[in-house]
Amino acid sequence: MSIDLSQFHQVFFEESFEGLDVMESELLALSPESVDAETVNTIFRAAHSIKGGAGTFGFMQVSEFTHQLETLLDEIRAGQRTLEKSHVDLFLQSVDCLRAMLTSLKDHEAPDMSRAEELKKQFIAILKGEVASSPANEADAPAPETAADAGPEGWVVRFIPSTDLLQTGNEPFRMFRELQSLLEDGSQLQIEVDSSRLPEFENLQPEQCYLSWTLTVTGAINKADIETVFEWVVDECDITYRRLGEAASADNASTDNAGANNASDSSSESESSSDAANIATDTNNVTVASVAEAPAPVQAQITSIPVADATQAPAPKPAKSADQSSIRVSIDKVDSLINMVGELVITQSMLGQLGQDFDMSRLARLQEGLSQLEQNTRELQESVMKIRMMPISFAFSRFPRLVRDLGAQLGKKVNLVMQGENTELDKTVMEKIGDPLVHLVRNSLDHGLETTEKRIASGKNETGTITLNAFHQGGNIVIEVRDDGAGLNEEKILQKARDRGLVAQHQELSSEEIHQLIFLPGFSTADVVSDISGRGVGMDVVRRNISELNGTIEVKSNRGTGSTFVIRLPLTLAILDGQLVRVRDQTYIFPLVSIVESIQLQKQTLNNITGSQPVMKLREEYIPIVRLDQIFHLRHRNESVDDAMLVVVEGDNEKIGIVVDDLLGQQQVVIKSLEANYQKVSGVSGATILGDGTVALIIDISGIGKKIEHRGAQPGKEQAA
Amino acid sequence: MTAVADSISMERAAQDEQQYLTFIMAGEEYGVDILAVQEIRGWEQSTVIPNAPDYIKGVINLRGTIVPIMDLRARFGLDRVEYSPVTVVIILKVDGQHGERVMGIVVDAVSDVYTIAEGTTRRAPELSEDNNSVFIKGLVNVNDKMVILLDVASLLSIPGRLSDN
Repeated sequence: MSIDLSQFHQVFFEESFEGLDVMESELLALSPESVDAETVNTIFRAAHSIKGGAGTFGFMQVSEFTHQLETLLDEIRAGQRTLEKSHVDLFLQSVDCLRAMLTSLKDHEAPDMSRAEELKKQFIAILKGEVASSPANEADAPAPETAADAGPEGWVVRFIPSTDLLQTGNEPFRMFRELQSLLEDGSQLQIEVDSSRLPEFENLQPEQCYLSWTLTVTGAINKADIETVFEWVVDECDITYRRLGEAASADNASTDNAGANNASDSSSESESSSDAANIATDTNNVTVASVAEAPAPVQAQITSIPVADATQAPAPKPAKSADQSSIRVSIDKVDSLINMVGELVITQSMLGQLGQDFDMSRLARLQEGLSQLEQNTRELQESVMKIRMMPISFAFSRFPRLVRDLGAQLGKKVNLVMQGENTELDKTVMEKIGDPLVHLVRNSLDHGLETTEKRIASGKNETGTITLNAFHQGGNIVIEVRDDGAGLNEEKILQKARDRGLVAQHQELSSEEIHQLIFLPGFSTADVVSDISGRGVGMDVVRRNISELNGTIEVKSNRGTGSTFVIRLPLTLAILDGQLVRVRDQTYIFPLVSIVESIQLQKQTLNNITGSQPVMKLREEYIPIVRLDQIFHLRHRNESVDDAMLVVVEGDNEKIGIVVDDLLGQQQVVIKSLEANYQKVSGVSGATILGDGTVALIIDISGIGKKIEHRGAQPGKEQAA
Repeated sequence: MTAVADSISMERAAQDEQQYLTFIMAGEEYGVDILAVQEIRGWEQSTVIPNAPDYIKGVINLRGTIVPIMDLRARFGLDRVEYSPVTVVIILKVDGQHGERVMGIVVDAVSDVYTIAEGTTRRAPELSEDNNSVFIKGLVNVNDKMVILLDVASLLSIPGRLSDN
């Protein structure tokens, strides 16, 4: 039993979190009016696997807690109890609680059990209502799903000896005493005798054994140990082993040792239980023993299982299995990769053969082979990129819950519509877009949708609709967050902006310009700061996060009919749409998304502020001008800027004009890290390799912006350089 | 290699032997741990990194990895020479705090590979005015020639930005 189970923890946590997600989404689909048996089953199965896994790995708090949840679910599933809305709420809270517990365990911290205990009490309270009727029922009819389940300690042994047991020299009470001697402190042996087979006194044969027994062992004991006790009589009796059942659990719930005793399992252990189940059982028992009292000696072998007992710090875990993020890839994608590698190998061997005895007559075949190689390579590249792609439903899945809870909190009726959930995007992008999306949805709920009364008053459907939509457009993914609420209140926004001095008192702005104001830092129009939104640390952060992903966000709004936030993101962070520019003899790449326009530079439009910072009047705006060759300290070959181009870029909400010598082409570039082997270079966000194999640097627009500010603070330094 | 094992027991020499790749720069022979050498290439045009120290020539594309190139003459404050097609770049890799770092150094020519016992190296004399002593791991005599052994890790470390911020 010296298998290091900790190596499987990562998988367990991943699967459990997935299971929780499944439970959550199915729970949201569940309503007291329409109880779909399949939905309940799905939830039950998810809970069941989490419980089983947690038991196997010794996370007893998790398995105990899940057990309560599962018991209630089982009763609902079996039709013994009707589902109420309070149940769904309780289940949802439990999902949150479990998630928190698992997160703590994953980080090797002892989980906070106070919430779990509270919820557990609620479960027990609900279950108590029917406890009187259910024990017999459950004891007799174990749950149909008897998967290899890792329930906690305790066994019910039904021992029905054949009537001639005594004649073979076996004495049941000796066996019972032996069993008693196996028990550790704190374990209990309860023996019930069944005398139903006892015949009438006149028919009684004194040498026959008519009695049968039900032995209930509570505490840490292996099934194998119990079996050794009965080893000699297996052929002369009918003996069944069953894990400590529901009935026992209910009886013992009041004892002090609730932690150990509650964790029992309704499902029976079939005789055909696999080895895996036995392993699981053994592990459990050892772990539980240490929870109940002093660590059992066997525990030394499996110290890597964190025994997350309040009195015992989690065992240290090897660092190697720390937080390795992983992705699940569908087998189709892997298969197609394997196919392509196969084709690549064929092409390679074909070319290899061709190269062995090559003459000019085979030139055509060589060219054919090379073009095939090119195609193989491109396909392979695409497939490899696809591995990182995941459907956006991973990011969307949290919203039904969020909308439901927030809607209830705000007293608004909301219907959430999700479209394009199968649109795929890069995992890294997905992880980073989650929080901004949450923020947008919250905003839509809180500010966008009107209260029910207002909606009725304005003749709208009293249930508001929030639509999340994702689709591909060009090389981008577009995510829309749409509500059918009141739309942006332009007067109010403008007024707020004027109050804060963000806009001059008499400056007139177009609708679009007003809409843009909500992305300014510290801007909030909410009359009351709620705990949902309105503190004014919002849209600017959303926008910054999105621009960090090389994406953009815009808002469209119509008074009275609602507003739409449109996020455009590159499909992957590894590839960027770039504009190639030439500065002196160097080629640089500007992210295409940040370029506003490119114009011919005219010297007469340039002005100097305080002699060091040139600005240019571009229409009604003054924008600072930087010369890339200056801030990058390139060798100056000519000082003239007459025939130079000005690329106007926008980063961090500020426009900057960057002087370059020439615009080259536009192309997609693969982003490579400069930091891996060198270090961060200010004004440069990375590097890429151009078609000719040379390296070109990618310009970090907001970094350039910061450089100007810096230079403004220290004029004169640039001249010295 | 008889000169190597002069003052130390053979037993220990066998245990602590290390191979060094040596190269020539301004007439002196320098050695780096051969296990840190990834490959040796000819000089190729590199892309300039803005505001980098002057001894960083730029970055090159090494089979898809961006690798900075350091001019070792400039790093040691020696006179510069014009690069020619036979100018050699030694690609070194070293385990840093954030994983493996790869960097190329430009040297005049590659010389030889020596097996050197650990105990035969001598400390370089302390020269207070010599900024380069941090790079020197020790000195060793090979065939009556002095070889300067360099510490690859400190060689590849770039002090904080010089011309920027």
